[in-house]
Amino acid sequence: MRNPVPIGFLLAALTVTATFAAIPPEPVEPFDSNQEFSVRNRIDELLAARWKEQGITPALICSDAVFLRRVYLDLIGTLPTESEARKFLEDRDPRKRERLIDELLNRPEYADYWTMRWGDVLRIKAEFPINLWPNAVQAYNRWLYSSLARNKPYDQFVRELLTSSGSNFRVGPVNFYRATQDRSPKGIAQVVALTFMGVRTDQWPREKLEGMAAFFSQISFKPTMEWKEEIVSWDPYAGSAATQQAPPREAMFPDGVKIQLPADRDPRQVFADWLISPKNPWFAKNAVNRIWYWLFGRGIIHEPDDIRDDNPAVAPEVLSYLESELVRSGWDLKHIYRLICNSATYQLSCISRSQNPQASIYFAYYPMRRLDAEVLIDAICQITGTSEEYWSMVPEPYTIIPQGERAIRLGDASITSAFLELFGRPPRDVGLVSERTNRMTASQRLHLLNSSHILRKIEEGPGLEWARTSYANPRQTVTRLYLTILSRYPTEKEWQILKQTTAKSSRLSREMVVDLIWALMNSTEFLYRH
Amino acid sequence: MSDVANTHVVLNAEGPQLSTRLSRRAALKRGIFGALALYLGRSGVLPRHAWAFDPTLPATKPAKAKAVIQIWMWGGPPHLDTFDPKPEAGSDYCGPFTSPIATNVSGIRINELLTELAKIADKYSLIRSMTHGVNAHETASYLVQTGRMPGDRIVYPAVGAVVAYFKGQPPEYEGLIPPYIVLTEPQGRFSEAGFLGPRFKPFATGGDPARTPFTVEGIVTPGVTVARQKSRRELLQNLDLLRQVMGDDPQIQEIKQAEEQAYDLILGTSGKAFDPSEEPQEVREKYGTTTFGQSCLVARRMVERGVRYITINYKGWDTHKENFVVMRRKLPEFDRGLASLIQDLADRGLLDSTIVWCCGEFGRTPKIAWEAPWNGGRHHYGPAFSALVAGGGFKGGHVVGATDRTGSEVKDRPVHPTDLIASMYELLGIDPGTTIRHPQGYMVRLIPEPENGATSGGLLREIM
Repeated sequence: MRNPVPIGFLLAALTVTATFAAIPPEPVEPFDSNQEFSVRNRIDELLAARWKEQGITPALICSDAVFLRRVYLDLIGTLPTESEARKFLEDRDPRKRERLIDELLNRPEYADYWTMRWGDVLRIKAEFPINLWPNAVQAYNRWLYSSLARNKPYDQFVRELLTSSGSNFRVGPVNFYRATQDRSPKGIAQVVALTFMGVRTDQWPREKLEGMAAFFSQISFKPTMEWKEEIVSWDPYAGSAATQQAPPREAMFPDGVKIQLPADRDPRQVFADWLISPKNPWFAKNAVNRIWYWLFGRGIIHEPDDIRDDNPAVAPEVLSYLESELVRSGWDLKHIYRLICNSATYQLSCISRSQNPQASIYFAYYPMRRLDAEVLIDAICQITGTSEEYWSMVPEPYTIIPQGERAIRLGDASITSAFLELFGRPPRDVGLVSERTNRMTASQRLHLLNSSHILRKIEEGPGLEWARTSYANPRQTVTRLYLTILSRYPTEKEWQILKQTTAKSSRLSREMVVDLIWALMNSTEFLYRH
Repeated sequence: MSDVANTHVVLNAEGPQLSTRLSRRAALKRGIFGALALYLGRSGVLPRHAWAFDPTLPATKPAKAKAVIQIWMWGGPPHLDTFDPKPEAGSDYCGPFTSPIATNVSGIRINELLTELAKIADKYSLIRSMTHGVNAHETASYLVQTGRMPGDRIVYPAVGAVVAYFKGQPPEYEGLIPPYIVLTEPQGRFSEAGFLGPRFKPFATGGDPARTPFTVEGIVTPGVTVARQKSRRELLQNLDLLRQVMGDDPQIQEIKQAEEQAYDLILGTSGKAFDPSEEPQEVREKYGTTTFGQSCLVARRMVERGVRYITINYKGWDTHKENFVVMRRKLPEFDRGLASLIQDLADRGLLDSTIVWCCGEFGRTPKIAWEAPWNGGRHHYGPAFSALVAGGGFKGGHVVGATDRTGSEVKDRPVHPTDLIASMYELLGIDPGTTIRHPQGYMVRLIPEPENGATSGGLLREIM
């Protein structure tokens, strides 16, 4: 027989399944708290009704340690440090989770991390096949970073992207129209629909796409004397020289309403007015659904960039609620993050307590996902006190990123990095969320388990030199390593396992410490959001 | 309602994914065998050695070729100084290379430094009429290796990823080594896997095969003994609480499977395949003790172990400056490595089933830039360039097409990148007209329809 199934493996799988086939009677240490789900805000109320209707038991609320790590990774793409972990775990304030959420939303890494996320959606890339060029990438990233850092109202954020004019090197948001492989009016319309409405236009009737494209038929891209500089602006006659045709005078909004384009106004403005209205059926919905997707790995409408009538929301009432909150708060994105992260739903453990397979699509437990490429390498570097070399060979002169820069701050998918490539960094070619792949492959596993790249960090990284040379007090060393790598204290069970391993000596050797660091950094708990 | 109906298996280019988590009781009720079968796809058998799999895969046809070695001359080698010499064009075109040498096939002459290749011209054919007209590295690299122009919102996979997709999966592929290897670094400027996703990216060895040991990243780790590898693995299994608790989660199944494959390579003997020091010293020397020469040797060892596609990413051909200084250094190394590879494959009876193809993203300007700062340089040139093909059903001893007197334009039988790629697919038993599933759900043709405006000179029937 080809590929015989190893019996031992199956037996092990059976044992695990059998042990937990029923609802675990007790919280699982160290992941669960002993707290049952109870409604904390409107999101919980709405989802709890769904669970009741479906016969789903939600997971327990996660432990403080799990919450800490989760919310750091989800909101700022950064692992808590040893002292941050210790401080939070020892904090006795019952409102400490709420406080931490607020704290993180105000950290500079919040803007770093969400600049990266938005950079995926906006396809920020210096080179092939999106050719923004490095200077423009920098201008675009600067604008994006400061918009997110200042929590610019979302309607204004999008208006700037859609209606700005000027040099691609000076006015960041004009690069929205340049970051596409197809700069024809239709190509632009497709990108606008995907980015701000979450809609794929591939199946649209021709008339509908052309009607929307008319709004983008008067954009001009004019080169200057500066190498690779371009002025993006409104030019009523743009395109007509190339096509030998007068630009269309009539346009149609995606909801079917037709309009005569005014001669004295940039049609991009006309479109933006329609798009960012609170009444627009796509705009706010797409924004909040995308944030939900970012935090849960699954949209209420899934995939989040495939909103259409025959792809319904699992809980439309939750989306409506969040949409109304976005509008009511003056398009305050942080308000939405705050609502979601403070919900009991977000704070559920990843250990399901429901036998209903629908539990996952109704968010009745937190879904495990492998860390994003950039977040993973940053976490490894943070723990080991090391850094990576990032650079780009195109165009000349080369782009060299300063030593110590974090991967979440790179801001350009053209920067060369074998690690980021291997771990599924999105190429930012088309801007779909599916471009980012967080599935674990054998090559990735080889790299983490046994590459000289990772082993050198573990064996020589200055950030862990203290551990490799402190032999006298095993308990203290182990505790600090757990806090540094897994952001929690070791459990008594783990301590027993380690004691057995090191039974022969009361002191730790360098080799034992290295192996422990290696094991913790290769654990599922470290490699995954959970 | 049956349990199976509750579980949606989503098929995409990356293989099946469970869209919903199996509840523990459901898994128990169905039996863990059922759950695994559902998760693991068509065979119901745990494909421990599968590097990638997709149950929607169309069947391949009977094939002459089983494996491909691609020698990617990154930067664009000068066609006039390699396989398309033009001694009559004068020194502004041929520079110091005025006396091409005859090969063992009458009428075929190549650059005078390619002495070893000249002895075996009956084993390969030259295409002197490659053309696409693109002079930019990225676009041309993409075009030559995907057969497509960029810009239509689909990012296509390179030939290697397509071959890995069709030929690198069980049951056809049983190897422990990933089916698609790049020696030693990935190209980096474009994503080889395109829309097929990271599972079909090449495994990049890193390291340098000309050094001992050849430290293949992740597989060969000097300083970590087998005993320590094993004790580490045990420690990890003992300490990985989340994995123990979440045993039936698809994510856990995925990491477990990836880990088993990884350890097969780390602890098993198949990692030895990468080690050229297992070869007799005279064989190593025959290929040349350079990175390129030893990469050719490792590529041959990979083919012997059933690997489907090996790219040797051979840098250093972007000779804007001092082209002839670089050629005097590079051509002998190239000649020795490639000729030894072809001869060795033939001696071992592997050439009939192994395609070797060799070219860069374009040629170089026929007219030499003598002036400073180029000092005898050649620039990018997409209108005409050469490719070498051998084995796997390609005939040897032929020349396809021709350029004009100065090597500036194709005057006979233009061959477009799609034609060469489609011909290789044909020999590999992959129908060039077949379609593969894009993650967004629609089907994409491997090779564009000729009527869709794609330029094509048709398959290379004359040498197949």
